This record gives sequence, C-alpha cells and structure tokens, in this order.
Amino acid sequence: MIEFTGVSKVYPNGTKALNNINLTIKEGEFVAIIGLSGAGKSTLLRLINQLIPATSGTVSFDGTEVTKAKGKELRNIRRQIGMIFQGFNIVKRASVLTNVLSGRVAYHPTWKTILGLFPEEDKQIAYRALQRVDILEKVHSRASDLSGGQQQRVAIARALAQEPRLMLADEPVASLDPITTIQVMDYLKKINKEDGITTIANLHHVDLALNYATRVVGVKEGHIVYDVKIKDIDKKTFLADLEKVYGRAIHHDEMLGDE
Amino acid sequence: MDKIIVPRPNHLKRNIVILAVVALILGSAIFAGFNPVTVIRNFSKGRRLLGRMFLPPDWSYAPKVIPPLIETLRMAIVGTFWGALIALPVAVLAASNFLNNPWISKPVRLILNIFRTIPAMVLASLFVAVFGIGPFSGVIALSIFTFGLISKLTYESIESIDFGQVEALMSLGANKLNILRYAIMPQILPQFMSYTLYGFEVNVRSAAVLGYVGAGGIGQTFEHNLAWRNFDRVGVIIVISFLVVLVIDFVSSNIRKRLV
Repeated sequence: MIEFTGVSKVYPNGTKALNNINLTIKEGEFVAIIGLSGAGKSTLLRLINQLIPATSGTVSFDGTEVTKAKGKELRNIRRQIGMIFQGFNIVKRASVLTNVLSGRVAYHPTWKTILGLFPEEDKQIAYRALQRVDILEKVHSRASDLSGGQQQRVAIARALAQEPRLMLADEPVASLDPITTIQVMDYLKKINKEDGITTIANLHHVDLALNYATRVVGVKEGHIVYDVKIKDIDKKTFLADLEKVYGRAIHHDEMLGDE
Repeated sequence: MDKIIVPRPNHLKRNIVILAVVALILGSAIFAGFNPVTVIRNFSKGRRLLGRMFLPPDWSYAPKVIPPLIETLRMAIVGTFWGALIALPVAVLAASNFLNNPWISKPVRLILNIFRTIPAMVLASLFVAVFGIGPFSGVIALSIFTFGLISKLTYESIESIDFGQVEALMSLGANKLNILRYAIMPQILPQFMSYTLYGFEVNVRSAAVLGYVGAGGIGQTFEHNLAWRNFDRVGVIIVISFLVVLVIDFVSSNIRKRLV
C-alpha cells in the first residue's frame, strides 16, 4: 500500500532527517514506529502525505507517486489519509461538529464548504464517527471545553469522517495521561481491525508498540535499523534488540508495566 | 570564612544610554525653542481662557453640539467599517505564513507601511482638496487610516497562530480557502474584532479633530467657535466630546477584554 524507495530528506538548515529509506507497508497493518526524539519518525510519517516534501526518492500510495503529486491530485490523495497529532490540532474555537465536518471539505466544491453547507449524509458520517469514539454527546460543545483525551477522540473522529484508507498517528498519546492513553490506543486498534484501515503510529513507549501494533519499525539517525512483525518477536531477545534503536538495551524496569 | 569577591557590574553601557537620552531631550527642547519660563509667564493667560470656557460653559449651546457630534460618530463608524472590511483580506495576503510567497506578502506590507505612516489629519486635508469640504472626505481618510492600522495588527495575529491546526487541515486535503475558513479564521476572528473596536476608539478621537481641516464633524463646529472667540461655547463642545469619548472608550475596551 505504501512504498518508500530510496527516500532521503535533508532540511534547508542542513539537518539530515532521513537517509535512503526503503520501506513497504501492506494493507491492514498496524505499524508502530519507535526511536529516540529527533530520529526522523515524524518526518517519515509526514512524507507519506507530503506535509513535508522529500529531497530525493519516491513515496507511493496505492501505486500513485505522492512525491510527484501536486494541487488537486495531492489533495485527493490526502483526503484518503487521516492524521492525528500529539497536540490534537483540532480547531479549539469551533464546535466539535464543525471540527469533524471539516474532515469532509476535500469531498466538496470550495464554495459550499466555505459557506458551511455540508449535505445531510456528511452530518450522518460525522455523527457516526463521533459515536465510534464514544463522544457523540459532545457534538455541540466547543472543542476548547473538552479535556485532552476528548480532544484527541474528536481528532480521531475528524480523521474517520474522511473515510480514510490509511491512518497516520504522530505521537498520538504523548500528551495524555496513562488511562487516556490506553483509551485512545484502543480506539485506534479497533478502527484498524474493524475497518481494515492501515495504521502507522509513532510511539515513544515500547510497551504500547508491543501491545497494539502488528509490526515494529525502529528508526535511528535517519535509518531504519529494526523491522519485525510482532508475531515473530522473540520475547527473550527483544529488549536487547532494542539497543539497535535506542543505542542501549532497554531494561525490564523501564517498561510501563503489565507484561 | 573567606570573603567572596565578585567583579563589579559594568554600568558603562547603561550610563552612556542614559546620557544620550538626556542629551537628546535637552537638545530637542533647545532646538524647538521650548522654554519653561514662557510656560510660567503665560500661566495667567491660560487661566483666564479656562475661566471663560468653563466658568460657566454656555449650556444653552449644548443642543447645537449634538448633531455635529452624531455626524462625528457616524464618520467614525463608517470609516472603521470600510477600513476593517478591506483590512481582513489584505492582512491575509500580507501574512507570510499563509500564501508562503514573499513576492506577494512583502510588497503588500510595504504598501501597508506607507498607508500607516500618513496621519489621518494629513489624509483628510488631501481628500478635502479632492472631494471638497464635508464628512465624506473625513470618512475616506478614516477608512484608509483604519485599514492601515487593522491590517498590520491582523497580519501579525495570523503569523502567530497555532500552525498545528493548519497542518491538520492540510493533512486532510483542504485547499487554501478551506484552511483559511476552518483553521485560520476561528483563531484570529476574536482578535480581529478587538482590533476593529480599538480602531473605532481611535477613529472617534481622530474624527473629532478632522473637522479642523474641513473634513466634517464636531471639529468644524469647534474651529468655527474658536475663530469667533465664543470660548464659553468651546467649553461646552469640549465637555460633551470628552464625555462621549470617555463612554465609548470604556464600553469598547470592556468588550475587547471579553473578546480575547
């Protein structure tokens, strides 16, 4: 579904974020990307929907080269790709409904969306998306009145309203407390399983990667240094293997807990 | 115990700045011919004038002050309205983070800077020469002045928005206009309204003096009475204008506090 071929990214200030990345992600996978801060995880994710343009190499989505796409074509690719963020990035001064409906803007002529004219079926899509993440009762609340966990659920609902084929999650739980973290991860997993939406999530916690993903990809200094399917993981050597990703082995007492 | 010795702070730079500022103020005063003795010597003249204005003001003249005062407010309202209306789209063009095109934002800013440096009074006297004496010239002057003021403040607001919301809209396939509508406007609208109210406050005060160059409003009445040395009537104009400006400032700044 997604194919990175020899992708590199050098930022204008000279930082080499990614170096010759080759990576294939198949339909339905739940990929967790792990690595230290600054390893290139966020860049990797943003190359898929071209929020960041690649310096060289190609990224393709369903056989279409996103790295070449521009304008309308790029927007049509993007509307199939939901994205959620560490900072939630919902529009705080708008209602929950407006936020979720904004996930539909790429499906309609601009003059209609500017006037806020969404068809009834879009509203139904929005309500259903809110129901999926159990927050339908907040539909008319102002987004800024919600807690962090609720805001992230609205962000998931907005992405769901896109009826996406792929979900990108950039540190989706990094600003949430442990309990809300589990909730949000559960929703992402549920959506991945029930709707078959391919999911790629940058995660700081190795435990979360183990519990939720079907595959773990480790990034270090712009290179992919680790790539294993969860079912193939040898629990005995796993923690030691993480040395490749983090530069040193991870100890049991550094995990979040439970298994 | 040993005494701890730290190096003395270096005040040289600070002292030079203080000296330079004092020299600048004194130099300017001498150059402008300002002399405190003149102020004191003319004190009694001033007191006599104040007496003729306010002891007592000619209250019977008050009803005649109201119509030009309403005209002044109308000028301020219409001027603020047009200025703000044009300022919003232009601010969007001037913001460097929206179109991401310095070939547009830089020239637009340059034009805005030029507009903003011309005082409303100067604009008004120019327009009086073009459109003739009357409130129309004043309204045009105020519109342009407000436009310069509000567009500057607004584009700075646009540049300081939370860009994450823009990124989210980009990620779901929104085009520029949708990004403007769903990510930028919700963030800057309260500030824009606040700037517009502030522009209105400023405009009420400017509109009150614009009449001096013939651009309509209470200033024209003021100038007329001053020329005829009707100081007791000038006193009434000052008192009433002062009260009106005070009330508008109070109400408007309270609304602004609630907006942001």
